[in-house]
Formats: sequence, structure tokens, C-alpha cells
Amino acid sequence: MATSKTGCEGCTDITCSSSKLVLEQDIAKNVRTAYDRIQARGMAACLFGSGGTCCRNCNMGPCQIIDGVEDMIGVCGATADTVAARNFARTVAAGAAAHGDHAREMVKGFIETARGNGPHEIKDVEKLHALAKIFGVEIEERDVNDIALEIGEMALAEFGNQSEQGMTMLKRATKKRQEIWKKLGIEPRGVDREVVEMMHRTHIGVDQEYENIMLQASRCALSDGWGSSMLSTELTDIMFGTPVPRRAIVDLGVLKKDQVNVTVHGHEPLLAEALCIAAEDPEMIELAKKQGAKGINLAGVCCTGNEILMRRGIPVAAGFVQQEIALSTGAVEAMVVDVQCIMQSVAEVAKNFHTDIITTNYRAKMPGGVHIQFDEHAALESAKEILSRAIKNYKKRGTCYIPEETKLDVVVGFSHETINYMLGGRFRASYRPLNDNIINGRIRGVAAMVGCDNFKLADDAHEIIARELIKNNILVVATGCAATSLGRAGLVNPEAARYCGDSLREVCETVGMPPVLHMGSCVDNSRILIALTQMVNQGGLGEDIDDLPAIGTAPLWMSEKAVAIGQYFVASGAQVVFQDLATSGAKTFNKYLLEDMMGTYGAHWNVAKEPLDIARTMIEAIESKRDALGINKKKERVLFDMDMRRDLGDGSGLTDVGCHGPT
Amino acid sequence: MSKIICSAAIRGAHKIVDMAEEKYEEALKKYGADQEVSLPNTAYFLPIIYSMLGAKVEKIGDMKDIFQECRTLLPDLVSEHNWLPYLAPALDAGMATYFAEEMYEAIRYIETPDFYTKTEEPTDSNLWLGAADDVIFRKRGVEFVDGSAPGFAAIVGAPDDKEVASRIALELQEKNLYIFMHDHSVNGKNMSQQLVDNGVQVGWNTRLVPFADNYTSVVFSIGFACRVAMAFGGIKPGDFRGNLIYNKDRTFAFVMAFGKVSDEWYANAAGAFNWGFPTISDYDIPEVLPTGICTYEHVVSNVPHEEFVQKAIEVRGLKVNVTKIDIPMSFGPAFEGERIRKDDLFMECGGGRTTGVEVLISKEMDEVEDGLVTLEGKDISDIKQGENLPISILVEVAGREMQSDFEPILERQFHHLMNYIQGIMHIGQRDIMWIRIGHGAVEKGFSFKHLGKVLHGKLHQEFGAILDKVQVKISTVQETVEQVMAMAKETYAERDLRLGNMTDETEEVFYSCTLCQSFAPSHVCVITPERVGMCGAYNWLDGKASYQINPTGPNQPIEKGECTDAELGDFIGINEFVNQASRGAVPEVSCYSLMNNPMTACGCFEAIAAMLPQCNGIMVVNRDYMGMTPSGMKFTSLAGMAGGGAQTPGFMGVSKHYLTSRKLFMAEGGLKRVVWLPKILKDEISEKLKARCEEIGMPELYDMIATEEQGTTEEEILAFLKEKGHPALEMESAV
Repeated sequence: MATSKTGCEGCTDITCSSSKLVLEQDIAKNVRTAYDRIQARGMAACLFGSGGTCCRNCNMGPCQIIDGVEDMIGVCGATADTVAARNFARTVAAGAAAHGDHAREMVKGFIETARGNGPHEIKDVEKLHALAKIFGVEIEERDVNDIALEIGEMALAEFGNQSEQGMTMLKRATKKRQEIWKKLGIEPRGVDREVVEMMHRTHIGVDQEYENIMLQASRCALSDGWGSSMLSTELTDIMFGTPVPRRAIVDLGVLKKDQVNVTVHGHEPLLAEALCIAAEDPEMIELAKKQGAKGINLAGVCCTGNEILMRRGIPVAAGFVQQEIALSTGAVEAMVVDVQCIMQSVAEVAKNFHTDIITTNYRAKMPGGVHIQFDEHAALESAKEILSRAIKNYKKRGTCYIPEETKLDVVVGFSHETINYMLGGRFRASYRPLNDNIINGRIRGVAAMVGCDNFKLADDAHEIIARELIKNNILVVATGCAATSLGRAGLVNPEAARYCGDSLREVCETVGMPPVLHMGSCVDNSRILIALTQMVNQGGLGEDIDDLPAIGTAPLWMSEKAVAIGQYFVASGAQVVFQDLATSGAKTFNKYLLEDMMGTYGAHWNVAKEPLDIARTMIEAIESKRDALGINKKKERVLFDMDMRRDLGDGSGLTDVGCHGPT
Repeated sequence: MSKIICSAAIRGAHKIVDMAEEKYEEALKKYGADQEVSLPNTAYFLPIIYSMLGAKVEKIGDMKDIFQECRTLLPDLVSEHNWLPYLAPALDAGMATYFAEEMYEAIRYIETPDFYTKTEEPTDSNLWLGAADDVIFRKRGVEFVDGSAPGFAAIVGAPDDKEVASRIALELQEKNLYIFMHDHSVNGKNMSQQLVDNGVQVGWNTRLVPFADNYTSVVFSIGFACRVAMAFGGIKPGDFRGNLIYNKDRTFAFVMAFGKVSDEWYANAAGAFNWGFPTISDYDIPEVLPTGICTYEHVVSNVPHEEFVQKAIEVRGLKVNVTKIDIPMSFGPAFEGERIRKDDLFMECGGGRTTGVEVLISKEMDEVEDGLVTLEGKDISDIKQGENLPISILVEVAGREMQSDFEPILERQFHHLMNYIQGIMHIGQRDIMWIRIGHGAVEKGFSFKHLGKVLHGKLHQEFGAILDKVQVKISTVQETVEQVMAMAKETYAERDLRLGNMTDETEEVFYSCTLCQSFAPSHVCVITPERVGMCGAYNWLDGKASYQINPTGPNQPIEKGECTDAELGDFIGINEFVNQASRGAVPEVSCYSLMNNPMTACGCFEAIAAMLPQCNGIMVVNRDYMGMTPSGMKFTSLAGMAGGGAQTPGFMGVSKHYLTSRKLFMAEGGLKRVVWLPKILKDEISEKLKARCEEIGMPELYDMIATEEQGTTEEEILAFLKEKGHPALEMESAV
């Protein structure tokens, strides 16, 4: 089958019409995709691996542990719970490490920018000032770059912090959450340190109590969510501009027949931003024209795509699962990759075409790729070198097929700042309307759909879940490849309000927003933490994130980063639902994740296999939070008489009263 | 759906900003950048721009920056498909609309100075009043802060039928709201004209305010709200969020639109959302029901006229407590200011035409039959037009909590309670009372007994905690009236003697007043027997009665405690109370000083005292005096210094009554410090003032106090004081 004419005949898991159209073409007949490999591999996943009870942490094993069978514990005596917890914790550490290393590059790029090196500049001064306040950096009568440099250096110091001091951004959380972290002793200290300590504690013969292991897993995850990821998002926004609503297009149809198509794939926007600048350079455009192209068309893949989509409206051609298919169009001159989630197979697919796979980060090379190291000190020059190579490929393009009809309009750019503005304008910006409409039940709650896509479920799983959620009047926020997938489904568009239940539709139509709000790349999940915290602070929905009718899901997760994200959500009080977890082989630990964590964090993990089950789990969780808040009871309209207005005088009246006169 | 509304609002905003900017360019050419611009007699510049941006537009040239701001705020038009979120841009567009309209109107005041009357009531030739100046604003503001007016309806357009218009206006009046009228509908009709055509009295006095026949005048309504927040709420100019939220929570205003809604109207409606003011329309336009910017819905449409007012107050979230008084005329605070003019007059009682007297006395429980209202002599139905009658109104009350001290308080209510009746005008009190009965009331079947019904019903309602029984005996028989008169005079004499003997020293308890805290959150008044509230409306006995009626209400007893400085009026108990009640904003208050920890003010003072350093004396200016004062500021600017709940030494709100108190400015040397009063004020209090001058052994002082006739600069006043040998010049420096 895999070598059949269409490349993927009979593969029922592809529902996406653009993917199908491309793979049906002659030019794609020799392309082998992940779909083919799944079929070809022909074996089920290892039971111990998928149950989380295979221990390879020392050379006495590997030990396959069977929970409940006395003789089948580890050579060292490690139980199923210990082993599964250690494996789970190491997954968290790996995910956090990926975000941490990404963030480090962004912070370093930010420092260079503050020093006046390179093509970028501080774009969002207001946000810089807001961040300065959090970091306790003086802003009065100071040059923007000075402030940025001081913040940048403080941010960089957070990676290697050796003191017991908690990370700076933790104080953005609710008071109650900060107290929980403090009480548990899991306030993260340094980005690198928490990963190192996690790796140490899961080494043979160190931490052998799953609850204790999970404390460090939480700390490590928090160092990601409230640490490195948040630093990355905030500094990237300040440097490249905080996303504001803008129109764009997604899906393979964004590739252009008569232009040099360069796809940028991976996660770090430093190079991609430089490519965007270089692609507008007359010299580059001239070069393209000389080669017979009408221009240069940048298109995103995976989260690098989401970064430039959010900030520049650059189209996104594909998410993770479509990366090989994008190349199969034969229309891509170069795929420029940085780090994370780049399949080794892209170099193989490229061999069928004129396409170059250009690796740009010393950390991430692959056989068959061309390496051009991105030099952040000479970012524009690096970008031009890469573009030139791609442009020169244009003439070599053979037959190509672009499914031009299958591209969808999206409206993106929903940073938490945008949401704040969008709900009240410049003068009344606040989360009040969101909270109000949650309280009055028009919006039942908020669901975050984040993370990857994979091949375990059909490629319309995100769509099925999202449609069910919005039909039940739950507002969806999305990041990463989940957001791209929902964009492809036409849901990241204001006109999709028609698929909502009546009351959510009414709110979407009032604001003019899509029912699915694209909040950025996977590193931008920190935006969701801030948005949730703002909802709490706005009032009326409890005292902490765990009171909110909100829940997250990474239904088609595949990257270890998704587990780190899931863990920082749970440790922040937000429930998450995953399709599966590699912990089912350890009953007690599994129960701890799926139930008992509630007592510690006010949230726990959930597992649901099918898309509709995932949606139902989310809806039920939201409704139970609503019940607990007491907002599911019908309330009579409060009418204010003079006495009630007088009571406002003591400041305890309405929740968003901004000023109580001179103090 | 609201896309239609937001699209239209943004379109409208573009048109309005374009129009205003064109007008500005013209004016700039014609008058130059240095031409002064302002709305009439206000210290708040162009109040919306001032309150939102903190920018003072004083000259035409100042408008340039504001137009730039408008352009920044103006969003792109909403696209047909794949639109960007439009709510926030529409709100911003609405704000730009108001900035532009305010500048447009300000230019109009230069271009066509007589376009508006600038008065409280229409003139014979012009119906349109234009923006409220600060005199009107402060006077009416009092009603906002004490709750007698919960807010306003800003009306654009008019229903087809003038009867319907009148009924809606009446309903709004009955809910105690102000009715601000702007613009005509596409049918060409405006509500103000309809009311006038239907014989309804319009003007500030009846709360039916004909602002203008154009939509740009909506800024007069919104500017009024902005000033309420700044003047009474202490919200600083430029604190846009504070101002908007203050109005959302405290000023119960809304927009009523009649007929087809133009883009320009949508733009104005979108602007009003920022303040939390929703729109109610009778036309088939989309609705915006989700909440958030406004307390409840934002736009409710297709509302039938019969339900219009009810729907409006429900959408705004307003509860109006109205007790129905069973009389055929409408009844409520909105009718208090209504005049009965010569042409409206059917007959009158008292006021020098006939003998008239009103008095309230307390009796034993078994001497009063509750609800009994008797009339002796002729009623309205027995007489012809122009036949005036003598009248006595004797109200006898009884109650377990009733004290004779409360008699004058209850009696003082007669004036406004009778005035609340539509078609009746009451002037004066006691034996100089005067009632004028209008045709309108007679046509509806007015009887003198209705006065008794009103007094019975309302006294029960407002003072139910201290009285159990009320009976009213009215007579129009000369002989009886004279008997009541004789009895009343004895009562008055006893009462005055008792009150006159009451001093700050004889009473251990003073009363606080935080009635205004719905609007002025950090302000606390301290009312002593010798210093009535600066609004002039609440004295010590009122405080006492109010506390009796409502022990957790706005008037609380304050044990004055040890007096640490008798001249300054420093009391340990007072300071503790004020510190706590102002939530730490005001730690200390000196009861008798202007210079040292003066009492704060909400903004609804009758007059303001200010130190004149050169003259070494104090001037006092009342709210109605619009001219310049020797302080170099008009009342309106001084009000900005004294109001908003902040202590500003050298500036203080005072009541007129306090000017003849023995405790007046004790710390600064008392009455001898007073060097300047407006003539209107000096005349008003002349009798008592002369008496006080004599009392302090300086009868000549009265003539030494200057008025604007002697001058309105410190130099002029100083020369006059020197000429007269005013004692202030010899006193130690007060500054």
C-alpha cells in the first residue's frame, strides 16, 4: 500500500482534503509519509513502554515491571509506581528543557537587540514597561534599550539561578496559588537547575517516592510555564511586537505557483523574523525576479509558523503532521528548519524534488540537510544567505501541485493583551465582559486546545472536539499545531460563530471574534496562564485558577513538551485531558495523576480516548466548576436603588470599580 | 447582530470626525489658533476631553492634538468577511466621536454665540438651552448625590405622537430622572418641541432639558456625567477608567432613541457604552444583549412605547422606589421645580394675598386619628378661577419615638412634598407660606384634601420610624385660619428659643453625614448644632432625626470627645470618626477653621470660603454668583479646589447659614475676618448678618464687608478695606 500509486491509498486517517489532494498526485507517488510508516511498521506499541513501566535508568536492566506481580519489580526493587513516576518526570524534564533552551536563545537575542545589534528593535515599549514593573526595574527617564538590557540580563540570570529565591514571574500568579507552591516547596528557582535536579532525582537510587518525584516534576514544569516559556513569550513580544488581531490564511494552498516558496519550520522565531525582513529586501526580490519568480513567499510550518503568523500575518502552510506533505507539492524551494518537531523524514521526502532542507541551528542537523548556521550577531546576513540559496533553487522546480482551493481565512493574534483590549476598547479594556458572560452562562467556560498533532487519531480530531465544545457554548483558545489544525477546519474565523451554541454565538457576534482564539505557538501557552489569572483577578469566578470553569487539552500530543505543559497547567490549578499517558502500567501512580493530585493542586490529569469523549470530559468538568461556583443557579437581575449605590461607598461594592476618589 | 451596529458606529464616527475637523480648519483660518474656546461658564474646559485625556482645550490651537488623538482612535471600517474583532474599535470610535463633537460644539459657541440660550429655561424665541454651566451643574448635581435624581435619560429623536412623547416624559419624571433631549428623528420631530406644543413645561426646573436639536449635543449629556465624577467623586482629570466606571456604577443614565437610527446616532450610542449607558430603541435595529461594558444589555430594540420607560430602567439596572400617593395628579421630585405662572394660575392661598399658615405639632397617641384628613370651608370645586382663599394646614402627629425637637424637621418637608404635586407650587414656610394652584391640577380634579393625603403618606414613608399617626386639618375659613395662626406663632416662638439656646458646647454628640458617599466616596460631613451641613440642607436636628429613623444610615452620632483646641474646633472623637469613615483619607478635621484641616466637601456646597492673603481676610462666594471674585477665580474654579473630598487649606465649602453662626471661622478670628461677599448673598442674609455684627459689638462691620460693587480684585478690595478700616487688616496674619 505504501508504495502504491497514490502513496497512501486506503489510509482512512487522512481527512484533510489538501493532504489527500497532494498525495494523490503523480509527483507524490514515491513519497513515504508517516502514514505509510505506521502501516509499514506493522507492530503494536510495546506494552511496558506505553504503560510507563520499562526502566532503562541503569544498566542492571532494562527492567520490565508488572504492577502487582511481586517478582516483577526492578532489580533494584523499584516498584511500578516509582518507575512510571520517574519516566513521567523525565518526560516533563525533557519538555521543559526544550522550552528552556528555546527561551535561552530568545533571551540572548533580546539582549543583542537591546545592545543595538542586529536587525530587530524594541517594538512594544508599553509591554516592556509592564515587565519592568514585574522585575522591579526602574523606567523613569531611562532609555528603552537600557531598560531592555537590564531586564534581558535579569532574565538570563534566571536560567542559572543558584539561590533559593523563586523565579520572578511567579508573583504574577494569584496569591492563593503562590501560597500553595510555597507550602509545597515547589517554587521553581532556575530554569536549568530544575531540569538538572529532575534528572538527578530520577537517577538510579535517588528519589523513590512517586509523590515526591512529582513535586519536583511540578517544580520543573512550573519553571517552564511561569519561567522560560513566559520569558520567551514576553521578550519575543517586546522585540517582535505583541500580537494584535490580523487576517491570514492557512493550509497548503498558501504556497504560490509563481513565487519562491520558503517554508520555515520549527520553533524559534529569531531566524524566521530575520527571513521576513530579508524577504522584503529589494535585493532579494530582484534576485527572485532574475530567476523568473514573481516574488518570495514565506510560509510557516509548525510553531515557527505560528510565531510569524501571530505577529506578521505570514501564512501557515502546515502543522506537524503535514510537514512531509507540504514538501510533496514539489513547490517548495527550501524548508528552513530550526529546532524541535522536525521529522528526519523531510530530508528523504525532499530527495524526490528540487527542495533543500536547510538546517540552521548547530543543535539540530540531519543527514541529507544543508547546514547554514544562523548567526544571531549577523542575523540579516544569515537570512539572506539562506534565502539566496532557496531563490536559486526556483529554476530547478519541476512539476508541482498546489491545492490552491484549499486555503482558509483565519483571524489570529489573540494575545492576552488583545483579549483585554478586544473586550472593552482602549478606555474600558478588561476581562469583565468575559467573566460576566461566563457568570451569566452565555459562555459556559473556557477550553484551551493546545499542543501537537499526531497520527494516533484522524487529523480531524481537533475539529471534532472544538465543534462539540463551541456547540456547547464553551469558548476555545488554541495554540500550536492544534490551532493550525482548527484553522484548517475553518474555526479560527469570526464567521465560524454560526457553529456555536446560541449564547456563545451571541457573544462572538457582539465582540466580532472567532469562537476559537488563536493565542500563538506552543511556547505561548504561558499566555493562557496569564489570561486565566486575569480572569481570577477580574473577580466573580473564585479565588484561583482551580475555581475557574476552564480546562485544557492536548488531545493529539506527541512531543514531551506537551507533558511539561500539561504538568504546569495542573500545578497551576487547571485540569487537563490527554488522549493517553504512559502511566497506565502503575495503578497507584496512575490514580494519583488522574484523581489524587486534586487534593494537592486543585486539579488533576484526565485521560479520554476518543475525540467526543475528550469533549464530554471537558464539558462535564466545566459544568462541575460552574456548580461549585454557584453560577449555574438562575439569578434574578439586581436592580440598584439609592441605598445600594450608597453602599458602593465603602469600596466593597461592584467588583470593577476602578477609583474610590483621592487617597 | 452587532456587526451591523459596530460597522455603522465606525462609519458614523468617521463622518463626524471629518465634519468636526473641517469645522476646526475653518475656525482656525477665521479666528486663529489663539482664539479662546470653551463651553459656557465651566471650570472643566471641554469636560469629556478633559476627563478622559486630562487635556485642557482652551484655544482653538489646542484642538489639533485632540483631532490627532481622534484619528488614532478611529478604526478601519468593518470588512464584509473575515472581519477583525469590532467591539473594541467601535467603542474607541464612539469616544473619538465625542471628542470631535465636543470641539464642534465649542466652535459653535464662538461662531454663533446666541445659538443656545445659556439659561435654565427656554426663552420666548429659543427653545435650546445648550450645555449646562457649572451653576446649573452644581445645583442639579446635589440631586444626583442625595439620590433624589438617580440619573438621566439622553433622548434622541421623538415618537410621532406628541401625546406619547409627553407620556414618556412624564413617566421618566415620575421615576425622578432627568430627561436630556437632543436631535430630531427622521420624521423631523424633536421631543422638546413636542412637549412645548403639548403645553408641558420644559427646562431644568422640571427636569425636561431641551439641550439642542442636533446629535452633536449628546456631548452635553455625557459631559454632565463626566463632571459629576470629577466634581463629586474626586476622580482626577485623565483618569478615564475611574471616570467611566464611576458613571457605570453610580450615574444611572441611558440613551433612548426614537425612529430610524443613523450612522451618527450609532456612533454616539457606541460612545455612551464606554460610560455603561445602554441604548433603548423603538426601531427595528439589531440588539446587543451580552453584558460587560454596560451592567446589563447594551442595545435593546423594538420596544413598544408603553413599555419604553420600564424597559429602559430595567436594562440600566435601576430600582426606583416610588410610593404611589393616591391623588389624581402626578407626584415626584421631578415636579418640584415646576412653576405656576400667571397664565397657568387658577387660584392661590397665602403669600400676602390671603392669610396662610402651616404648622406641625406633636400630640399624644390617643389624640391623633391616623389618616384623618379634614377640610373645613370651600374646596377648589366650590370656587371660580381667581377666587383666592385663606388657608391653614395643621398637621398633628404622634409616635412612640416622636420628640418635639423633630417637629420643625417634619414641618420643613411640607415645602418639597407639596411641590412634588404636578400643578401645585409651594413657596416659603410657616406663616409666610404661599400656595399657587395651576389649571393643570384643577383639570385633573385637585382638592385641598390632596395636600393632606400627600403629607400623611409621605411623612409616614420617610419618618415611619419616629411617628405612628398623622392627621391633617385644613381650613379655608378665615376665622379658623386665624386661630391656627395664633397657635402656630406661639409654637414657632417656643421652638426658636429652644433651638437658639442649643450650642456646640451644650451637646455632647455631633452627627456625621455621608449621604453623598454614593457619589463622593471619601467625604464625611460633620454637622454640629452651630454648623449645618455645607449643602445647607441638613442641620444637627436632621442628623439626629435621621439617625433615629435609620440607625445604620448615613447620619451617625459622633461622641465629640475631649476638645483639644476650642478655637480650631479639634475634638478627639471627631477625628477618630472622620479618619475611619473616610477610610484614612482624612485623618483630622478642625471644625471651625479654614486654614487648618478644613472640612472636606463632596461638591454640593452652597458657598465656598477662600482666603485672600493680601487682604488678610476671607471671602465667601455662593453658587449662584457667576462673576469673578477677588480670589482670581470664579465659583466654578474654586469649587474644583474645595470639592471632591480632599482637604485644601484656604478653601472650604460652607452653607449660607454658617455665615451667621457664632462658630464661623473661629480659628481665624470669626466674622471679623470676612471681607467680601457677592451682593446677592449679602442681601440674602443681611438681617441675620447685621444682627451678628451687633452681637460682636461691631454694627459698622456690615458696611465694611465688600461686594463686587467695590471690586473683584484683591487690590480693589484692599483699598476699600483700608478706606473703611476693616478689622481684618489689624489681625494677625492668617496665612
